[in-house]
Amino acid sequence: MLSLLWLVPAIPFASALALAVVRFPRRVVAWIAVCSIAASSIVSLIVAFSFLHTPPAGNAYTQVLWTWLNVGGFHPEIALYLDPLSLIMMVVVAFVSFLIHLYSTEFMIGDDGYARFFAYMNLFVASMLTLLLANNLLLLYLGWESVGLCSYLLIGFWYRDPENGRAGRKAFIVTRVGDTAMVIGLFLLFHDLGTLNIQELMQRASQHWAVGSGVAAAAAFLLLGGAVGKSAQLPLQTWLPDAMAGPTPVSALIHAATMVTAGVYLIARTHVLYSLAPSAQFAVAVVGAATLLIAGFSALTQWDLKRVLAYSTISQIGYMFLALGVGAWPAAIFHFMTHAFFKALLFLAGGIVIKALDDEHNIFRMGGLRTQLPVAFWTFLIAGCSLAGLPLITAGAFSKDWIVWGAGSAANGSMGLWAVALAGILLTSLYTFRMIFLVFFGEEHSQVVKKPGMAMIIPCVVLAFLSIVGGYMRGPFGRFLELALPWNASAAGGGHVSEMATETAAGLVFLLGLMLAYVLFLRKKPSTALLTATAVGGALHRFWFSDWAMDWFYDRLFVRPVVWIANIDKGDFVDGIYIGIGSLNEITWRVLRRTESGKLRWYAAGITIGSIVFVAVVLFL
Amino acid sequence: MTGVPMSYGLILGGILFVLGLAGLLMRRNLLFILISIEIMLNGAGVAFVAAGSRWMQPDGQIMFLFILAAAAGEVSVGLALLLRFYRQQQTLDADAASEMRN
Repeated sequence: MLSLLWLVPAIPFASALALAVVRFPRRVVAWIAVCSIAASSIVSLIVAFSFLHTPPAGNAYTQVLWTWLNVGGFHPEIALYLDPLSLIMMVVVAFVSFLIHLYSTEFMIGDDGYARFFAYMNLFVASMLTLLLANNLLLLYLGWESVGLCSYLLIGFWYRDPENGRAGRKAFIVTRVGDTAMVIGLFLLFHDLGTLNIQELMQRASQHWAVGSGVAAAAAFLLLGGAVGKSAQLPLQTWLPDAMAGPTPVSALIHAATMVTAGVYLIARTHVLYSLAPSAQFAVAVVGAATLLIAGFSALTQWDLKRVLAYSTISQIGYMFLALGVGAWPAAIFHFMTHAFFKALLFLAGGIVIKALDDEHNIFRMGGLRTQLPVAFWTFLIAGCSLAGLPLITAGAFSKDWIVWGAGSAANGSMGLWAVALAGILLTSLYTFRMIFLVFFGEEHSQVVKKPGMAMIIPCVVLAFLSIVGGYMRGPFGRFLELALPWNASAAGGGHVSEMATETAAGLVFLLGLMLAYVLFLRKKPSTALLTATAVGGALHRFWFSDWAMDWFYDRLFVRPVVWIANIDKGDFVDGIYIGIGSLNEITWRVLRRTESGKLRWYAAGITIGSIVFVAVVLFL
Repeated sequence: MTGVPMSYGLILGGILFVLGLAGLLMRRNLLFILISIEIMLNGAGVAFVAAGSRWMQPDGQIMFLFILAAAAGEVSVGLALLLRFYRQQQTLDADAASEMRN
């Protein structure tokens, strides 16, 4: 049954093609789009069960479809590689995609570009699955760029507003900075090791390079560049909040659950390389720790519901990077899974709220929606608790406590990273409950105009269920993933903190954040206004609201100099050549225009002279 | 059969052709332009007949029959166009029909 693997990315691709080429009525479009993803996830489940039932030799299965190209010893294949890591990612991506597609059939119903939307979405799912299942880095890069393309197309989906197009271009260009680093890393790896097949690459890397060698570190840092761009981590995180210009299901699928975790997957996939380059691995941890704090502070100040969620996504991916950096590989993938569930749910439930209030994004104009939108309230509450890490019950708590514990006691962990991770929990809890209190509690500010239908409710309920029970899978999940990713906390580093102490501390910090949020945002005292009224508070608020002034900084550092140079260089000689060709054509036209006199006899004379010249040329030359 | 040498026939055909061409280029009256074209066609026909008699082949005369047929067709269409032109312009001056200049 494992040989069905190729169908998993092929079905969504085929339906994307069909939706792009043929014009179907809306109902048919929805059926094709949802059924293709459903078929894809059913096939992925069949493959997963047969993988678990009869594990293939070496706990990995490779399906070679054909040789892509064969030039001078470079012969990348179109081949799929299935091991516990890609299996888990594949199943989660396919299943979450299915739920979000189902939700979109109702969410997008009134939109003009219904078929276009689902064609892009299906193409995205196909690309994402290609990325996950690729057995060589070139095919992975193909998927990597395709998901970037789909992200661009879907951010700018409502293209009539130039602001959306700008957000799409920003996402494309900023991630391209990281992709360039990544492609240079691929060149370096191929040049030194002579292959791009991931498994061979990891084998040869550990044979050829010593731990801490310069080439290994360079390659690892370059791949990290790609991961940082795609996953919106510290230097390149500015595109993700703007990417919220796209439709809400897009934000849920691409910019929360799946695509932005591609960087996490890339680093986990090439973890041998990072083990050979401790400096690069430490950089991953530092990037993650810094990002989770910075994005947490930014999330505290936003008024747009989707932007709060965007910063929270950046912050949670920071947790995954932290886990990768300290060497707690399975924890990162486990957090990817729970995050895919609860963050997708937050966006979907948030989408219900936004739709219900006629496209209202400002959380200060919401309020008291608890009774009017009970489904959205309960699912949002469950997902929010999971995000903030309500101990013992929710999935997010299990995965995040694992990361915090790993930050303290894994191979490269330290008490500093442990403290940062705990501080992150405080911030997460604070901004999550700020959001919940402002949106669903307090007094009502606006009228509900649209109630969600079944296609929007069912995915939310299923995801809410998964956001809770997902956490209890931690034991078997960890054991299964250990077949692909190393995890030995007890042996490494001696363990600075015990797991029990970490979980207790995380629980207490969660409660602290909850109470702080209650005092600041729910009790009718103008405490937040007092805080922002002071000079320091106001400045900090503005600073955090603008995402630590990163956009301003990049604007001054990169955008303006480039625009300035472009302005200076407007009339350079390259332009001169093309303008010259243009004016030459114009002069010739002016001369030749005279011959069109409209006089019959001139034409006859022209024919005569032409024939004489022609005959003369033939006879005498 | 030693009749007229071929060069005579060719010279006659050449003179007819050049006369017709000169008429075509110099005359402004469309009727005379049509007649000039007929003369040019006949010049070419004379050349064909002369060449046919030089090599003792019927091809030259067959080609002349084709030319006659083509000329008949050309004249009928040409005269019809000429009548329409005269109806519209009230003149037969070819230069009057220069509305499509530039």
